[in-house]
Amino acid sequence: MTDFKPAEYKGHSGLKYLRIKSRLKSVKISNHVGGYMSSKLVGLAGVSALALYSSMAVGSKYNFPEPQSIIAREIYDQHIWLMWICLVIFIGVFGVMFYSILKHRKSLGYKAANFHHSTSVEVVWTVIPCLILIVMAYPATKTVIAMKDTSQPDISIKVTGYQWMWGYDYLHGEGEGVSFFSKLSTPKAQIENREPKGEHYLLEVDNRLVVPVGKKVRIILTANDVIHAWWVPALGIKQDAIPGFIRDTWFTADNPGIYRGQCAELCGKDHGYMPIVVEVLEADAYSQWVAAQQGELKAAAVQATADAEKEFTIDELITKGEQVYAAACAACHQPNGQGIPGAFAALDGSELVNGPVSAHIGIVVKGKTGTAMTPFGHLSDVDLAAVITYERNAWSNKTGDVVQPSEISQFRN
Amino acid sequence: MAAVQDHGHSHGHDDHHPTGIMRWITTTNHKDIGTMYLWFSFAMFLVGGTLAMGIRAELYQPGIQILEPELFNQFTTLHGLIMVFGAIMPAFVGFANWQVPMMIGAPDMAFARMNNWSFWLLPVAATLLVVSFFVPGGAAAGGWTFYPPLSTQGGLGVDMMIFAVHILGASSIMGSINIITTILNMRAPGMTMMKMPLFVWTWLITAYLLVLVMPVLAGVVTMLLTDRHFGTSFFNAAGGGDPVLFQHIFWFFGHPEVYIMILPSFGIISEVIPAFSRKPLFGYSSMVYATASIAILSCFVWAHHMFTAGMPVTGQLFFMYATMLIAVPTGVKVFNWTATMWRGSMTFETPMLFSIGFIFLFVIGGFSGVICAIVPIDIQVQDTYYVIAHFHYVLVSGSLFAIFAGIYYWLPKWTGRMYNETLGKWHFWLSMVFFNITFFVQHFLGLAGMPRRIPDYALQFADFNMISSLGAFGFGLTQLFFLYIVINCIRSGEKAPQKPWEGATTLEWTALPTPAPYHSFETPPVVK
Repeated sequence: MTDFKPAEYKGHSGLKYLRIKSRLKSVKISNHVGGYMSSKLVGLAGVSALALYSSMAVGSKYNFPEPQSIIAREIYDQHIWLMWICLVIFIGVFGVMFYSILKHRKSLGYKAANFHHSTSVEVVWTVIPCLILIVMAYPATKTVIAMKDTSQPDISIKVTGYQWMWGYDYLHGEGEGVSFFSKLSTPKAQIENREPKGEHYLLEVDNRLVVPVGKKVRIILTANDVIHAWWVPALGIKQDAIPGFIRDTWFTADNPGIYRGQCAELCGKDHGYMPIVVEVLEADAYSQWVAAQQGELKAAAVQATADAEKEFTIDELITKGEQVYAAACAACHQPNGQGIPGAFAALDGSELVNGPVSAHIGIVVKGKTGTAMTPFGHLSDVDLAAVITYERNAWSNKTGDVVQPSEISQFRN
Repeated sequence: MAAVQDHGHSHGHDDHHPTGIMRWITTTNHKDIGTMYLWFSFAMFLVGGTLAMGIRAELYQPGIQILEPELFNQFTTLHGLIMVFGAIMPAFVGFANWQVPMMIGAPDMAFARMNNWSFWLLPVAATLLVVSFFVPGGAAAGGWTFYPPLSTQGGLGVDMMIFAVHILGASSIMGSINIITTILNMRAPGMTMMKMPLFVWTWLITAYLLVLVMPVLAGVVTMLLTDRHFGTSFFNAAGGGDPVLFQHIFWFFGHPEVYIMILPSFGIISEVIPAFSRKPLFGYSSMVYATASIAILSCFVWAHHMFTAGMPVTGQLFFMYATMLIAVPTGVKVFNWTATMWRGSMTFETPMLFSIGFIFLFVIGGFSGVICAIVPIDIQVQDTYYVIAHFHYVLVSGSLFAIFAGIYYWLPKWTGRMYNETLGKWHFWLSMVFFNITFFVQHFLGLAGMPRRIPDYALQFADFNMISSLGAFGFGLTQLFFLYIVINCIRSGEKAPQKPWEGATTLEWTALPTPAPYHSFETPPVVK
């Protein structure tokens, strides 16, 4: 999904525009192929359907997006090439069949022949498809070998799938040490149709993955809970992120720009709401971005050390905890703490939330195997302390307990 | 192709059986059981279709309108499970029950009581699936492929689904053992294997595939069940397991399953095309070999469903080549059908229309299959609407169109009455048009980057989704029209002659009156 500029979304007026565009193109195409089509009026329906298909495949946003890496380019070209092969076979086979349908009819008085076997014909139409397949497989094989070669990257980034966001850790190369989460930034009101939908509806995030142009980026994938898949069409990569295992893939972006993708493996309720946005920058701009990130990281580290020692008041924790709850917990447990019966447990009035603090910390940090409760150990000590304090004092829960960041860090050790 | 030398007319006057509901509960008659299979599958087709209408209604516009994401996932999951296990597979078993004994000159299925049992398991499983919508937490929502760890997260609905799959698997295994035994042991004298109608051949091969892979499915759902409740970690990395192991086992079942749903279609088409071309099937023996090759190859291609799961380069290449190879025997079939039509004397009644529609659209599904087989391209289209379009071209305009062709073809023999030809043709053309409106545009959606199994989508996908939904509503309504055509035929169709199709040559047309008597071939016919 390369950035494109849709005229702002006005109901379905775009439909008309698209139809006109495709009609113009199919006119061009049919002039082009008209030579060999005019003699036979056969398989008209199929041919025009496929002609329409390939006409849309030229530079339209209804084909693969414009390729932005060498692998994406090879995929794009092979797809077009295969479409032409298929079109030729299609015209051949259905040309014969529709000729037969038109001419060999009982209503025209055609008498049936009685042949039913020919070994030589059978051999011919077994061998020819084999040859065509070899022609198709050869370039594909080269691309497969190239796409699997993740050696000697300039930058390595670990990508972790969470229900329902992505975590990015720059492991090696320029930017090493940078680490952040990336979540959907489309407001709920747009999804629930209370506000008009923005230009990048569902394809926008709070923190983009930033990489430099022309550098080989190795993406190392894993997941925290269930299987996700990291997919950026314009860069030609899609790879499943599997909990407990490491997979890798790579890309080198040809041009600066913003490239959008989505999670491609069903990962539960909000599978449709975990987009990927990659921002490709020139080398200088990338270095500036890295410097800014590292500055922020240092400041955050200082803050975290201070916070770890600090005793917070219950009000501070509840205020912060409410924000963390809305970001991390409310998708399942709901803003009112009622959960969804049978699927996600209620926290309001829950025995666990109103019971011993240590059990509560345990389930939040480590999750519960075999249920939808995944581990949240990736949150900071302060965030965890805040959200647990919030849960123990929200809705009808009135434990009055205060959990300090130091308790979380003790639990972790 | 089987000419009948002699057939005793001793049958047909001995059809005493209980009446009312007990007839259907206790029956061991292959025709009654075939009828029940077909009505059951139609009922499930309507249930699965209703879920599809819900999915398409939600996707009519961007934004969330009628199905919350969690319920949407339940709809897509159950739509897949019900259509595969409840609609398509039982329909073909229904055809096998009716047709296999009549086409090979056998009096009934080999294991008549087991036959009853394998049918009556189905409503139990179907009830479990449908009722799971109403238990706390709702139905399974991890997709019809129910990959863990997502499927270990679900609630009671997942357990009900696992149990339903167990039951359906048991039913399928019993059904296929029955079909294999019947075909191998109960053919009429003179009907050698290479004289069997092609429909019987395709079912024989399909039944072997079923016996091979259904236990694998039962195994993998059992492992999932023990992971969920009994502390094992087959698919849990934290306990030393591997989530991808599930995918390997599932698709070792799942890919042959695709051919289980298409091989009997090839059989039906191979009966209908010669009958309406008034010419014998071209390349009978190569059709048999092609069917067997497809079945064997289908066991070595499973990992093409997992190209993005991550595997070594040699693995990707092996599964790519093996998958592409399947195009060869499949192509041979299409060429043979075309050669059968060539210089025939064709008429275009509804079964023939559906068969030609089948070939035309199945070939499109085959082409998109070859495109999906190419690993680099599959990396882009895997888990997108392109794949949805691909497998609906082979399952709806493939399997379902073949089922329609078979129903119109054999309905006169089953009911003794003709369906209304004009209405049948309307059903074909409406299905053809609405099907393509629904699914052709989904190729573009997939190429442009729309993932599957999402309840909401970015704005550039809005136009084609709206077109697709409108097509789907039309297709759904058209199938209610089909129900009317069938009921109309049963109640008030014109009386059918013994052989309404001039070019039909198989035993049920040449040796049995219409409607087929309750007990047929008590004295086997002799085939020259």
